[in-house]
Amino acid sequence: MNVEKIRADFPILSQTIRGKKLVFLDSAASAQKPRAVIDAMREAMETQYANVHRGLHWMSERTTDAYESARDAVAALMNAPDRDEIVFVRNSTEAINLVAHSFGRNMLKPGQAVLISGMEHHSNIVPWQMLRDAHGTELRVAPITDSGELDMAAFEALLQDGRVGLVAITHMSNVLGTVTPAERIVHLAHAHGAKVLFDGSQAIVHRAVDVQALGCDFYAWTGHKLYGPTGIGVLWARRELLEAMPPFLGGGEMISSVTYEKSTWARVPHKFEAGTPAILEGIGLKAAIDYVRAIGYDEMAAHEASLTEHALARLGRIEGLRILGQAQDRGGVVAFALDRAHAHDVATLLDRQGIAVRAGHHCAEPLMHRFGLESTARASFGIYTTHEEIDALADSLIRVREFFT
Amino acid sequence: MTFDDDVRDLYQEVILDHGRKPRHGQRLAAYDVTAKGDNPMCGDRVEVFVKFNGDDTIAETGFEARGCAISVASADLMAETVQGRGKADTRALFETFREMVRTGHCPEHDAGLDDSMERLAPLAGVHEYPSRVKCATLPWHALVAALDGTREASSE
Repeated sequence: MNVEKIRADFPILSQTIRGKKLVFLDSAASAQKPRAVIDAMREAMETQYANVHRGLHWMSERTTDAYESARDAVAALMNAPDRDEIVFVRNSTEAINLVAHSFGRNMLKPGQAVLISGMEHHSNIVPWQMLRDAHGTELRVAPITDSGELDMAAFEALLQDGRVGLVAITHMSNVLGTVTPAERIVHLAHAHGAKVLFDGSQAIVHRAVDVQALGCDFYAWTGHKLYGPTGIGVLWARRELLEAMPPFLGGGEMISSVTYEKSTWARVPHKFEAGTPAILEGIGLKAAIDYVRAIGYDEMAAHEASLTEHALARLGRIEGLRILGQAQDRGGVVAFALDRAHAHDVATLLDRQGIAVRAGHHCAEPLMHRFGLESTARASFGIYTTHEEIDALADSLIRVREFFT
Repeated sequence: MTFDDDVRDLYQEVILDHGRKPRHGQRLAAYDVTAKGDNPMCGDRVEVFVKFNGDDTIAETGFEARGCAISVASADLMAETVQGRGKADTRALFETFREMVRTGHCPEHDAGLDDSMERLAPLAGVHEYPSRVKCATLPWHALVAALDGTREASSE
């Protein structure tokens, strides 16, 4: 993979920050956008923009085609058997809330349980707490090991009583980088009568996701981490589930007919897409998917594996630096704590060198507490990240630690 | 520019020193009022304890903090500069301090605050880092909450 060529596709990367060359190591929070995405959205606005699915005019038809082609691109990306199984939402958080409301309140019974893991983002914790409090379901948490992997024995034990109706779990941790054993999770969950939802916000950036091979029931992800725009995300679900689930939000676009007495719902997936959708963002997402697929997941995964290996080696040699999680199967995020400096001080000092990292609890407070920490710094990598940038991070971290001596 | 030159505007020696070895960084054995301060966005937390003199001026301030060098140093310099001040005087110092860390400039203030503002001046560098201003003001929010009899403060 030619990283220099890829970097040239991302206009923002040629910037300087505080007089220094930008070293952007915060892609797991949100990735930068290639020219193809920027152009696709701008061109749509300049040449054909109109609302979708309604106007009987040239512009609306053109825009509807462009927007709906994003659904085809997403279906192909995830190897979904049916394009109508792709529901567009704002982000992963909305996708999970949709499932919690629509599936959770109607297809789970009070007393049934939702099983999550000890390494979830708040977006895959809070909706299930809200469901618990509103609907009387139980919330179970499968622990993780010291190496930051799912404790499979404990996970299986929590399924044993057959009361778990849904396993909702990350496909890749945004803090530890751990990739969870998805096929095994699905096999165990299904054997105990539970459906499976994966939060794929991080995973889909780093590896090819094939929902048919995984065998799961729901898969949620967000566009802006996959080099696409903010404001558009995806919920994939099996058609029979979507058919059986009631709508989440009501309004325009999601109806078949409306009278004051009764309304009937549009067919799947429109039943779940109330209101004017994120049209330009859908068009941008399609461009991002095309961009990523042209590079290829094999190439991206190999590049990120090499970066991660390099980062673990370089950071692992820094005295007083602790890396969270040593999972065997992991993606390109590395969270760490320095013994002498608080994560915020680390982030500010790195920022002065033009290096952007995330610092804080990464929307995963329970996970931080599991490792006895309140906050960490996190470096995360994208297709445009270079080995030299990781070297710059490591060199700066050594100086940060000296600075606080 | 060297690494040090880049960061010394914010991390001056005074701040590093008070961040590392706070003089007032402990719970007081006996205190009159206390309050907690929380920054939910970053997880920083500070708990402030205040003991009054007979005339209601501050005799001593102690704190327990979990946070960055800026918040610990700010809490320590606060404890030092509010000693001997009455409640209104402490609030006036906070308002002046808050203006300084937001803008980088020390605003017009009562001459009685001169020495304290000079002592707090090293924190003026945070104005360049909007996300860090709250680190510097969190202990003050907690102190004012304690003086007001409110048990909790948030820097949000």
